[in-house]
Amino acid sequence: MDKITHHLDDRLLMAYAAGTLPEGFNLVVATHISLCDECRARLGEFEAVGGQVLERGDTVALADTSLEQTLARISGDAPAGDDRNTMPQRSSVFPAPLRDYVGGDADAVHWRAVGGGVRQAILPTSNAATVRLLHIPAGAAVPDHGHRGTELTLVLQGAFRDEEDRFARGDIEIADEEVQHTPVAEAGEDCICLAATDAPLRFRALIPRLAQPFLRI
Amino acid sequence: MTASEEKDSQWIECVIRIREQADQAAFAALFRHFAPRVKAFLMKGGADEALAEECTQEVMATLWHKAHLFDPARASVATWVFTIARNRRIDALRRQRRPEPEDLPWGPEPEPDQAEIMGLQQDTERLGEALAQLPEKQRSLIERAYFGELSHSEIAAETGLPLGTIKSRIRLALDRLRHAMN
Ligand SMILES: [Zn+2]
Repeated sequence: MDKITHHLDDRLLMAYAAGTLPEGFNLVVATHISLCDECRARLGEFEAVGGQVLERGDTVALADTSLEQTLARISGDAPAGDDRNTMPQRSSVFPAPLRDYVGGDADAVHWRAVGGGVRQAILPTSNAATVRLLHIPAGAAVPDHGHRGTELTLVLQGAFRDEEDRFARGDIEIADEEVQHTPVAEAGEDCICLAATDAPLRFRALIPRLAQPFLRI
Repeated sequence: MTASEEKDSQWIECVIRIREQADQAAFAALFRHFAPRVKAFLMKGGADEALAEECTQEVMATLWHKAHLFDPARASVATWVFTIARNRRIDALRRQRRPEPEDLPWGPEPEPDQAEIMGLQQDTERLGEALAQLPEKQRSLIERAYFGELSHSEIAAETGLPLGTIKSRIRLALDRLRHAMN
């Protein structure tokens, strides 16, 4: 695998550690970290900050019988199994958190054509962000779009280039408002990306804006 | 060993006693220290007192059930409790799933290395001190980002501070923490 060169920034890692990101962003962050040991280590640091914020934070008294109730709860619960994510299948295209949402690997996705040879699949998450998979034929342009809000694009297969950079498997592009770019999938292999946005995308070239609410783009 | 390192190794000892002997006294010690902090955390995140009480009990019960998964070479007990409380908050208050990263393919963990555990305890203590020594304005933004369930733009709306000021204060705070850790 190519070395990952485009990583999560502090703002995203801290918000993921704090648990304040919308679900769709959490999915992209968790998927990147599954592929990136560097960001996994940085996440550990941000969670340690959370631990110290908790340690040094305020306290609120529990109900008088709280400990007894908790012990009763414990003896009533079924013993917990080992619920760590299933052992990684390093040969799969999708890391475990993404497989959970898709219900399988890349071959299990229900794609829908959106024009220009590009296909997409919207994954079900809370409304605060939209997350979808994009399948872009090798050599094809990702439809030209402008952004509102923040958009995260994580490459899972193949690679794309925009005017400045190259993004390959594991790389994440963080685009903030008003960025306009025209990424192109590299020749050779079709490109699959996981993209999340907290605002509706405008695919200006392809889809009339009025249609957006129905198509959930 | 300083007082707070001693404290953290005492919490590790409690988790081990829960895991190996289902020791209720060890659990009670952890409960007395962490449950009031978890409850405050959940209430700042928007839970009313009844929900926070309920969720705190669930978080503490999770601690008991997952004691076998705790690895003192990878996280302090406070960090571990924080991540469990955070996940409960996302689940109960925001009603969302929490996608977690895939676990590393390391297979069964060897016995944790004592030097690693000690190193982590020292780091934890330095981090706590560095946090306490941050200028008040920076520390309060960090605390709100973790505690208050507020995004940067919501903090901006509430405090009247421009978003750029908030971002740069948080960046300064993180720089100071990193500097203290190097
Ligand atoms: Zn990374």
